[in-house]
Amino acid sequence: MSAATTPTRPLSPHDRAQRSRLAEFTQQWAGQIGITFAFLVLWVWFLFLAPNTFGGDLIYKSFGQTIPYFGIIAMLLTMVIVAGDIDLSFPSIMALGMVGFVWVWEATDVVLLGVLTAIAVGAAAGLFNGLVITLVGLPSLVVTIGTQFLFRGLTLVLVGGKSYALAATRGDPARELLVGKPFGIPMEFWWFLGITILVWILLNRHRLGGNTYVIGDNVQTARLMGIPIRATRIILFILTGMAAALAGMMMSLQIVNFYPNLGSGLLLPALAAVFVGGTSVFGGRGSVYGTFLGALMIGAIPAGIVAAGLTDFWTQFIYGAIILIAISIHAILQRRFQR
Amino acid sequence: MTAQRAVSRDASTGEGASPRQTGLRCFEMKGVYKSFGGVQVLQDVDFHLDRGEVVGLLGDNGAGKSTLIKIITGYHQPDRGELLFDGEPVSDLTVPRARELGVETVYQERALAEQQPLWRNIFVGRYISNRLGLMDVAEMRRITERLMTEEMGFTSAVLTPDTTVTGLSGGERQGLAIVRALHFEAEMIILDEPTMGLSLKETEKLLKFVDGIRAKGKSAIFIDHNFFHVYSVADRIVVLDRGMVAADFPKSQYTLNELMDIMREIASAGHFEPDRRKAEIPDAEANRVHGAAT
Repeated sequence: MSAATTPTRPLSPHDRAQRSRLAEFTQQWAGQIGITFAFLVLWVWFLFLAPNTFGGDLIYKSFGQTIPYFGIIAMLLTMVIVAGDIDLSFPSIMALGMVGFVWVWEATDVVLLGVLTAIAVGAAAGLFNGLVITLVGLPSLVVTIGTQFLFRGLTLVLVGGKSYALAATRGDPARELLVGKPFGIPMEFWWFLGITILVWILLNRHRLGGNTYVIGDNVQTARLMGIPIRATRIILFILTGMAAALAGMMMSLQIVNFYPNLGSGLLLPALAAVFVGGTSVFGGRGSVYGTFLGALMIGAIPAGIVAAGLTDFWTQFIYGAIILIAISIHAILQRRFQR
Repeated sequence: MTAQRAVSRDASTGEGASPRQTGLRCFEMKGVYKSFGGVQVLQDVDFHLDRGEVVGLLGDNGAGKSTLIKIITGYHQPDRGELLFDGEPVSDLTVPRARELGVETVYQERALAEQQPLWRNIFVGRYISNRLGLMDVAEMRRITERLMTEEMGFTSAVLTPDTTVTGLSGGERQGLAIVRALHFEAEMIILDEPTMGLSLKETEKLLKFVDGIRAKGKSAIFIDHNFFHVYSVADRIVVLDRGMVAADFPKSQYTLNELMDIMREIASAGHFEPDRRKAEIPDAEANRVHGAAT
């Protein structure tokens, strides 16, 4: 890459002639290649440190259950961040959605109705986020810090701080659909995979995604080109709210208990998965594939550390190190290959 | 889309006469006022554009040129006044509506999303998609590839429809913005400071392109600080000064030197009387033709 240039200096024709097709390919896929490489390195490292754990299938089945809890939200969060926004309120939406679930389920004894209510509550919470952000014109960072408390507080008030046993949902087809284990593989994982594919299509093959990229890249351009900025941003918050409600239900139904603090602790893993995956915090650029691998990495680290014989005290330290290394590599690749 | 508009126009005029004739007014603005936070940016501005005409819009910084064009493109709404497209009043003009009406703009700030691939920049806001909103990316890439080789003259093998805008030169970016306007069959193309940051050769190419707009029977508004550029391509020149139309005259009435004198006079006096009088003759004629059609 003799033609490494800063973004501010365009390439001369001479520079361009020197670039081969291979260089072009590398440049276009630099982020993807980087994250794949990092993922493989981490995996091989864990395999080497704890061959018994990472060589067997048990740990992967466990990952298939735990990673989707934040991975599903990280997918929609990727779109929100590509649009230049952020949503910090989703852990609270996970719990608020469950309030809707337990109320409707207890009243009707139909699990499916509870599921649909939770999704609707998630959508409403996302709509609320989107409306406050776009109509009042406040930064999403600030608004969702506020609604994080608001939704959590509302949850605590509504359930009076108590938790609910969900054991009676066992055996219900709607529960099986969310947290069953067909062929030994957790349904959570299938949902995660399906939502990953869906979000990839939305972001890269749908008008919504096309608009999302342009809004996050340059909102002025989006305005001049007549893109429905407000509607697009609101839709993304609604989808994130729905994903949060879905993840909240999976988590609760899996442990057959709903406690009002549900979801706290998932904020940072979800955000970390997005940024480790190479999505730009400044918007306009993001990778669904990256977020997918990012989620797998972030999800595997705690187990990997323990399996490798380190104490759990190391977890946060290594989390931090891996996040910093990953985003630094992305920044360097970006600078080196961007033209 | 073009055909549809022509039909609806015919229906409203009740006449079968071809509406696409050169000389017909494709855009008009009457008595437009616009202020921002108490500052009057435009004041009682009348402006029109005929089919196949290139109007040069001149004026100092802060004269209101950018505001004027942002009103035409639906980005700003006038406080008062009327906008007519093809003789029909259009109220509450928005950017998408203006684009539907065939207004395309090559903006000073180029309105490109830098980190996005070329194809997305060409089709931004108008993606080729089905009813579900799913885009035909392959088709958009193919069209972009064709536009790049045929219209923009990008021959470099490393520039593909997936290349991001970041690496393009100023001229290439301008070319991209212009090709975008052309591809969507604009009826009127607004060029806001299009020569800014261009090399001499690129500027030459751009001016040739503006001639091409007229040759195709489309109209253009050409805004530039450099009135040598404006003079060389415009049919008519409109000068804005402190939010008002200070002069409006066919270029053929004056030589370049006289134009420089006029500009100086406007800068000191704020208006230029003789032009108004001279310019009213063709104006009145156009009005009459226009009036007969409606």
